[in-house]
Amino acid sequence: MAKVSQSKTGKGKSKTTSRRRSKRAAPDADQLLDYYRDMLLIRRFEERAGQMYGMGLIGGFCHLYIGQEAVVVGMQGAIDDRDAVVTSYRDHGHMLACGMEAKGVMAELTGRIGGYSKGKGGSMHMFSKEKRFYGGHGIVGAQVPIGTGLAFAAKYKNTGGVSLTYLGDGAVNQGQVHEAFNMAELWDLPVIYIIENNRYGMGTSVSRASAAKELYKLGEPYGMPGEQVDGMDVLAVRQAADKAVKHCRDGNGPYVLEMMTYRYRGHSMSDPAKYRSKEEVAEMREQHDPISNLSKVIVDAGHKTEGELKELDKEVRAIVAEAAEFAQESPEPDPSELFTDVLVNA
Amino acid sequence: MAELTYREAVADAIAQEMRRDEDVVFLGEDVGAAGGVFKATVGLLNEFGSVRVRDTPISEQAILGAAMGSAMTGLRPIAEIMFSDFLAVCWDIVANEIAKARYMTGGQMSMPLVIRTANGGGSRFGAQHSQSVENWAMMVPGLKVVAPSTPADVKGLLAAAIRDPDPVMFFEQKSLYPIKGEVPDGELVQELGTAKVLRDGGDVTIAALAAMVPRALDAAGTLASDHGIEATVIDLRSLVPLDTQTILSEVSKTGRLVTVEENPRLCGWGAEIASIVADEIFWDLDGPVIRITTPHIPLPAADALEDATMPSAERIVREIVEKLD
Repeated sequence: MAKVSQSKTGKGKSKTTSRRRSKRAAPDADQLLDYYRDMLLIRRFEERAGQMYGMGLIGGFCHLYIGQEAVVVGMQGAIDDRDAVVTSYRDHGHMLACGMEAKGVMAELTGRIGGYSKGKGGSMHMFSKEKRFYGGHGIVGAQVPIGTGLAFAAKYKNTGGVSLTYLGDGAVNQGQVHEAFNMAELWDLPVIYIIENNRYGMGTSVSRASAAKELYKLGEPYGMPGEQVDGMDVLAVRQAADKAVKHCRDGNGPYVLEMMTYRYRGHSMSDPAKYRSKEEVAEMREQHDPISNLSKVIVDAGHKTEGELKELDKEVRAIVAEAAEFAQESPEPDPSELFTDVLVNA
Repeated sequence: MAELTYREAVADAIAQEMRRDEDVVFLGEDVGAAGGVFKATVGLLNEFGSVRVRDTPISEQAILGAAMGSAMTGLRPIAEIMFSDFLAVCWDIVANEIAKARYMTGGQMSMPLVIRTANGGGSRFGAQHSQSVENWAMMVPGLKVVAPSTPADVKGLLAAAIRDPDPVMFFEQKSLYPIKGEVPDGELVQELGTAKVLRDGGDVTIAALAAMVPRALDAAGTLASDHGIEATVIDLRSLVPLDTQTILSEVSKTGRLVTVEENPRLCGWGAEIASIVADEIFWDLDGPVIRITTPHIPLPAADALEDATMPSAERIVREIVEKLD
């Protein structure tokens, strides 16, 4: 869908000049299947979460990631256990991609003690120190200075780690994003700002909300290289991710990736999304779906048959079913939990 | 014992902690090369270098974001917000992020950081650089709130705040920066959440904080010499945790409580203490709680006007004499 554009800046440090296809070897079958499975897990998880929300098993806010799976799965493929991830409130997919268990995420959605935050966080505020997932933040844009801080510590401690800091197209017009951009470039911090441009900040389209239309260029005034990527294509995402991660690991400072993507559902479960046409949504689902498009690649290359992919789907559905069951069986938190975890030394 | 100023004690505490722990970093506007706008951080850049002592852009949200992100991943940052009024610029990171992170992570993460800030009036800076906002911080669950009144307490409490696993809002009263006081030699670390009884008297208990402490002590001297009223003076030092044990026991002894607060009257910290005292030891009281505060108005700039708003020793004496009769 998206043309791939690049912004050439970065004090001459960046080499993001080529539009030619990478000469990198094509991904092997295992890699493709991993992407497929990881995206499918997010899809099935979110479908189930939406269903459970409808049944009243999940309350509060619930922002589904359906349609955007290629972004987080492609990015995650490029990082290792030195790196840290932080995002906004549309976070279930990021957590699953980080390797957090579906059970613990779903149980947080249902408000149970088995949830990652023991029911104190909810859909928008979940974390895993073990998986280096630093939230799950409910305030639009606030994760951006925080993600910059993750990069600050990585650089200070010389871990070689990179901070993957996700934000939406709506967040780019928050002031704190620009404070963070400036500081990151000023101090050459290893942070990749991944702008997930799903075209709508809540119900307002990018064209109606943003004077700057090419969001990958937003780092340009600060000297930050940026690139626009087809965020519906997991292979394109991975390729861009590799380049951005290398840029950061090599000590060249921050990088902006604008992922052109689309959310199939409303902003949250309470949004019927009447601000866009059915045709627009249908076109994206039918022609640009990251999962069905990858399944074609896999089948065409002869790595798996359609039947075998259906088997894989069954496995994924079983994981999600187990998570849903756990999320209903895990006990509700005891009221005594109210007063724990406020401070370490109260 | 060495005699230090309040501002020297700030740098002394930071240096003490930076020497013992490589994970302590310090960032803020003009804190390095300029030595701080109040000269409270002179010498730190020279000793620790620009990797650990960072001059930042004028970007309070980025400063606190950097502090939070790095506190979640193993550092112990000290962030300076130059004037406490500017906390309003970055209150999102303070109140929505830093304060709530431990709770929202279900206890997985802690937030070992300090936000130092110059608080309060008396310097003719007007409404946007003079506010006393310790009560803002006190209202947000998940923050500790400290406000020292002496150089020794600055050093001991700031060191404790840096070592503490929780986020600490450290309010330095800017009109106190030049005052001098004895500070014990060698490493100094005090206990957070402890009040100090500075003067014993049987008639009335005065609870004060930061710049109001020396004024309360002054007032207590006059009350004794001119009016035959003996006052106990408590320096609260910390609002969260609040040393309710000391407050309740000292108020029980005299039967009267006076709070001297620089924050505006509505929802000032004294109201909370009055409520706690009423809940816990109402029958020990011999009369109503007396709150002496800045009125509920923005701080004016003119000498005469600013002096008329902040509680002075004279006003403390006057109000206590009038209301105790």
